[in-house]
Amino acid sequence: MAEKSNKPTMRGVFVNGLLNENPTFRLVLGTCPTLAVTTSATNGIGMGLAATFVLICSNVVISLVRKLIPDKARIPSFIVIIATFVTIVQMTMQAFLPSLYESLGIFIPLIVVNCIILARAEAFASKNGPLISAVDGLGMGLGFTCAITLIGIVRELIGNGSVFGINILGAAYEPMLLFVLAPGGFITYGLLLGIINALTARRAAKKGGDQA
Amino acid sequence: MRIVDFTSFLLFMVYCVFVNNFIFSRFLGCCPFLGVSSKVETATGMGLAVTFVMGLASFFTYFVNMLLMALGLEYLQTIAFILVIAALVQFVEMFMKKSMPALYSALGIYLPLITTNCAVLAVTLLNVQNNYNLFESVCNGVFGALGFMLAIVLMAGVRERLETSDIPKSFKGFPSSLVIAGLLSIAFMGFQGMVK
Repeated sequence: MAEKSNKPTMRGVFVNGLLNENPTFRLVLGTCPTLAVTTSATNGIGMGLAATFVLICSNVVISLVRKLIPDKARIPSFIVIIATFVTIVQMTMQAFLPSLYESLGIFIPLIVVNCIILARAEAFASKNGPLISAVDGLGMGLGFTCAITLIGIVRELIGNGSVFGINILGAAYEPMLLFVLAPGGFITYGLLLGIINALTARRAAKKGGDQA
Repeated sequence: MRIVDFTSFLLFMVYCVFVNNFIFSRFLGCCPFLGVSSKVETATGMGLAVTFVMGLASFFTYFVNMLLMALGLEYLQTIAFILVIAALVQFVEMFMKKSMPALYSALGIYLPLITTNCAVLAVTLLNVQNNYNLFESVCNGVFGALGFMLAIVLMAGVRERLETSDIPKSFKGFPSSLVIAGLLSIAFMGFQGMVK
């Protein structure tokens, strides 16, 4: 972590989650929903926002009760807090967004075991105040949302010729169905990850050159 | 897919291990799949630990679900199941440490990781969704986990070879693993439609 002082700034924490430590592309956490629900851009956004909500709420609550929880019962307590918010999201989605609920299916209750949320609870919220934990949750959550929406856009565009359900490539385009099926998820994620690694390495090399 | 006789039992096995493979067709348990698949030995250890916990979790959550149904508290499923799994993992860990130290030293470090393996929670939820009876639930858990083990061991075999090969630096590690997983997944698509 690039924290220089003991008190991380709000902006620093937010940008950290969004870019420097992007959970999907830099930390490679929460891969299951990343691969499973990104068959379309809409699903990506839906999943991302649901996870963001849970992440912010659980970060705040865990940060508030962090001094009350004994160290040994830490993980089970975190999981119960996270599961509570996931159940709230699940019931809300079922009531108001039934079609999204259908297409995300079992991956909504599985937000509970999304490693990003537990990792942030453990690494950040259990050591910092509630406000900054909320910012951390927002940054990480939006970073996750952007990443899986990007994957969703690529897969939907290649596999279906459309983005957000709107046809882009025209009727002449022969959709490559493989990309909305399971293998396409792995391959798209792998290639995007490689490209982002290459871009980051190039940027770091440039920066290093300036400093030297 | 229901189990009524021995033939359907075998078909169920093929269905869980190959056709509906947890990793390659359902994307469940990808985190440990990518995290612990760099060596065949560790992959086997993780696979065995998961099989053990998934079978037990399927067994216990069946009764927990019956209790929740009786009380009309179905909406507590997620919370109740994850608690059962966390407690189970803790219990298995303590039990193994005491009575099976050899197995514990082999699987020990993977056990805490299993709580957050989404395949375990998923299998319990799928059992409920599909209205499986007790036997089918346990079979689903055990065979599903064997499919997970197959995937993770296959992957580890490929990755061990990849260590020494010359690939672009930005594609080392996760990116190349994901692409390989994609190719393996294409191979597993061949099983699709084998069992209806």
